[in-house]
Amino acid sequence: MHHLSLKAIANKLTKKEISAVELIQYFLDRINTHDKTLNSFVTVCEEQALQQAHAVDQLRNKKKLPYYAGIPIAQKDIFCTQGIKTSCGSKMLDNFIPPYNATVIEKFNQAGFITIGKTNMDEFAMGSSNESSFYGAVKNPWNITKVPGGSSGGSSAAIAARLAPVATGTDTGGSIRQPAALCNLTGLKPTYGRVSRYGMIAFASSLDQGGPMAKTAEDAAIMLNIMAGHDAKDSTCANNAVPDYTANLENPIKGLKIGLPKEYFSAQLDSNVAKQIEQVIQTYKNAGAEFIEISLPSSELAISAYYIIAPAEASSNLSRYDGVRYGYRCEDPKDLTDMYERSRSEGFGSEVKRRIIVGTYALSAGYYDAYYIKAQKIRRVIRDEFLTALNKVDVILSPTTPNTAFNIGEKVNVPVSMYLSDIYTIAVNLAGLPAISAPAGFINGLPLGFQLIGKHFAESTLLNAVHQYQKLTDWHTQSPEQYA
Amino acid sequence: MEWDVVIGLEVHAQLATKSKIFSGASTAYGAEPNTQACAIDVAMPGMLPVLNQEAVNMAIKFGLSTHSTIASTSIFARKNYFYPDLPKGYQISQFEHPIVKNGFLDIILNDGQTKRIGVTRAHLEEDAGKSLHEDFHGLTGIDLNRAGTPLLEIVSEPDLTSAEEAVIYLKTLHSLVRYLEICDGNMQEGSFRCDANISLKPKGEKKLGTRTEIKNVNSFRYVEKAINFEISRQKEILESGGNVSQETRLYDAVSGETRAMRSKEEANDYRYFPDPDLLPLVVDELTIKSIKNQLPELPADKRERFKVQYELTDYDANNLVASKELADYFEQVCSYTEATAKLAANWVMGDLMALLNKDGLDISQSPISSQSLAELLDRISDNTISGKIAKSVFEAMYAGEGSADEIITQKGLKQIVDPAVITTFITQVIKNNPTQYEQYKAGQDRLFGFFVGQVMKLSQGKVNPQLLNQLLKKQLDS
Repeated sequence: MHHLSLKAIANKLTKKEISAVELIQYFLDRINTHDKTLNSFVTVCEEQALQQAHAVDQLRNKKKLPYYAGIPIAQKDIFCTQGIKTSCGSKMLDNFIPPYNATVIEKFNQAGFITIGKTNMDEFAMGSSNESSFYGAVKNPWNITKVPGGSSGGSSAAIAARLAPVATGTDTGGSIRQPAALCNLTGLKPTYGRVSRYGMIAFASSLDQGGPMAKTAEDAAIMLNIMAGHDAKDSTCANNAVPDYTANLENPIKGLKIGLPKEYFSAQLDSNVAKQIEQVIQTYKNAGAEFIEISLPSSELAISAYYIIAPAEASSNLSRYDGVRYGYRCEDPKDLTDMYERSRSEGFGSEVKRRIIVGTYALSAGYYDAYYIKAQKIRRVIRDEFLTALNKVDVILSPTTPNTAFNIGEKVNVPVSMYLSDIYTIAVNLAGLPAISAPAGFINGLPLGFQLIGKHFAESTLLNAVHQYQKLTDWHTQSPEQYA
Repeated sequence: MEWDVVIGLEVHAQLATKSKIFSGASTAYGAEPNTQACAIDVAMPGMLPVLNQEAVNMAIKFGLSTHSTIASTSIFARKNYFYPDLPKGYQISQFEHPIVKNGFLDIILNDGQTKRIGVTRAHLEEDAGKSLHEDFHGLTGIDLNRAGTPLLEIVSEPDLTSAEEAVIYLKTLHSLVRYLEICDGNMQEGSFRCDANISLKPKGEKKLGTRTEIKNVNSFRYVEKAINFEISRQKEILESGGNVSQETRLYDAVSGETRAMRSKEEANDYRYFPDPDLLPLVVDELTIKSIKNQLPELPADKRERFKVQYELTDYDANNLVASKELADYFEQVCSYTEATAKLAANWVMGDLMALLNKDGLDISQSPISSQSLAELLDRISDNTISGKIAKSVFEAMYAGEGSADEIITQKGLKQIVDPAVITTFITQVIKNNPTQYEQYKAGQDRLFGFFVGQVMKLSQGKVNPQLLNQLLKKQLDS
């Protein structure tokens, strides 16, 4: 049951081979059994989920329900859920129960999905290991001494351990793709503006994008069909037509032009990683794809630019957490300044504080031009280089991460080393492009992912390319033995 | 030593939109605290701003009527600072790229001269909430009803040279935004408030002196007082060899003085940057054109039309167009009455405004409708009553005693125009005052007025004055 695709589960529900209550209880039982170890959920919505499942079962006898009605989904705890605590992985919001749903949540509700729980994450999505969460580190189901990636590490661990069939994630610099890669999943970061950010707690507004995390490209396509689309409540949300992302999955990819950025395949690339990626390339060649070398000369500047722009926006986005209206407030404040200082000092963790300080500095008078403006210029150059390259090719292929999952605790005190784990993913956010990560095999028992980057709004191409790859490989069908 | 005074004004005009600039919450004034603050205004996590197009249209209206450039692309920026009534920890404003720039407003000085005042820029921004320090026993209450209310900040060039000019500019601007119906102009409720930048320099000197900024003055009278106080304060400092320090000052209406609030060194670093939650604001030519077509007649145009159409003086025309309601009232009176426009202007601006001002009413609250006033003016011009009697009829009308005709009939105030009746009065008066009659006859012409007064007294003021003059002269000189 827990290995089934969304279609297969929906089929069982429709044919009444299983009830929604049984299905939800089945996954709740798995969570109860395994999540004490993994810590992938901040909140498990046992009661609400069972209630909703019961309602689905009742309604199914009376009328036609949405095709996926009754299927459980794990929601990253960055998406506001009405009546359900939404912490964003922070002590600051440990007591926060939103009176509204994020648009993404609303859309999954409309489609009949049942939120089974809220997944753990790096605090305010700042991190690549899920170690910065107020609720503690999440363990990688493939090896519990390893990180599951971040910031959507709870979502990736939950799917990898088959505690939920699918989950949502958000990606500001790789937070969907990197944990998908480290946990042997398929994760898609859509084009900036494809999915509404309304009710999705902001980290860096110009980079944040919600997207699907799943076992397969097919499931990701089904999810994106639900998530994508214009939302009048988000001014940055795109207003162009949403295709059926499942429609082109079966198209052959003969003649697909795939670019290989020479900068990404330098001598620095780990040889084991290079070997796995070479296999991916071979598979695509066998399917008739053409490979073309391309260049992204400024890609080495991406991390520096990102770590100016993202913290700058974050420093401002996180100003609202001041202890005045909701969220954490320190005990017995002496006066206003004391309340601000202690509420924020006590409510935020160290990585969040580090980025607020960096961002505040970058925006300060006298430094703004040298940092923020310069970073924006680099961002423009990076975007232009991608667009030039994508004129010649349909998609760009790279490893998703420089390596497989690292040890919990290994990079916590070396922020820059942690930041470098997003070296292949970050530039994509700066350019606003869609990109997908999919399983590329294993190194010493740990999964590795490859990334395909597409043109703006070309999610269909990416899903098609990965689906065809997944028909030729079985990496994505493998799951960790302990959770079999 | 003689000094040049340099003044620039920043006016915050609250735009008269139904909902807030970035949310759907109502902007109505005076609701229970925090009942008009939605999740966006409270800055709940994940909430996003969506720009109110109506506010944009209003800014464009203002720009077009001040001959400004409407930016085809303008940018919303975040102004970051912590304050409990600023929910997001930043204010969304426009910084480097405002929607309106490089315009001007012509003002008419008291000597009748026109002076052109530059409008540097006008930009859209959101208001903050209110911190309430009373009634909370040492704590502070926060009311976010006002948070997110749209403001148009209108910045003038430092073209103003006295408190008097500053007030004229302010009144002209106030009149304009009300004509455009983009701001209700209510200064007490804070819908129209002013910051004044003031500096002095030796007469003729090119280089500007150090300025101070007086924050949030909310009446024309206070603006004048605050600026005058600040001018003499700076003059005193400079003349005693001191330096004015660049600072923000507050005007205390009770003491009539300004006092320092914060110095330049203490000023916030607002860390402005473009708001990534909002796209650049693009205004196309078509929108501008359609708004231009909907613009009402503006005060300056109306003033010129009044001068021609109603043959009014500069002074009368200028006063009548100060508010659109007043101008409309005047035009309605003119349309109903046979009397001259000059007479209508005198009554509207004189007697009517005097009583309204005394009662703190504005023209829209006048107890006398334009049609009723017209009726009274008709009775004056058709000689039913004299101007003097008209004043008492007017007062009775104002007090709600009825229409002009009703009051005239009830009180028997109809003017006496029958020469025979008037002659009887004259004869009676001459008979009653033989001494004065002798003196007049002996050459004391100035006693003519005495006889007019006596006839008026005897007739309870009802005799037609022109006829009386004629007949009295004839009879005295015969």
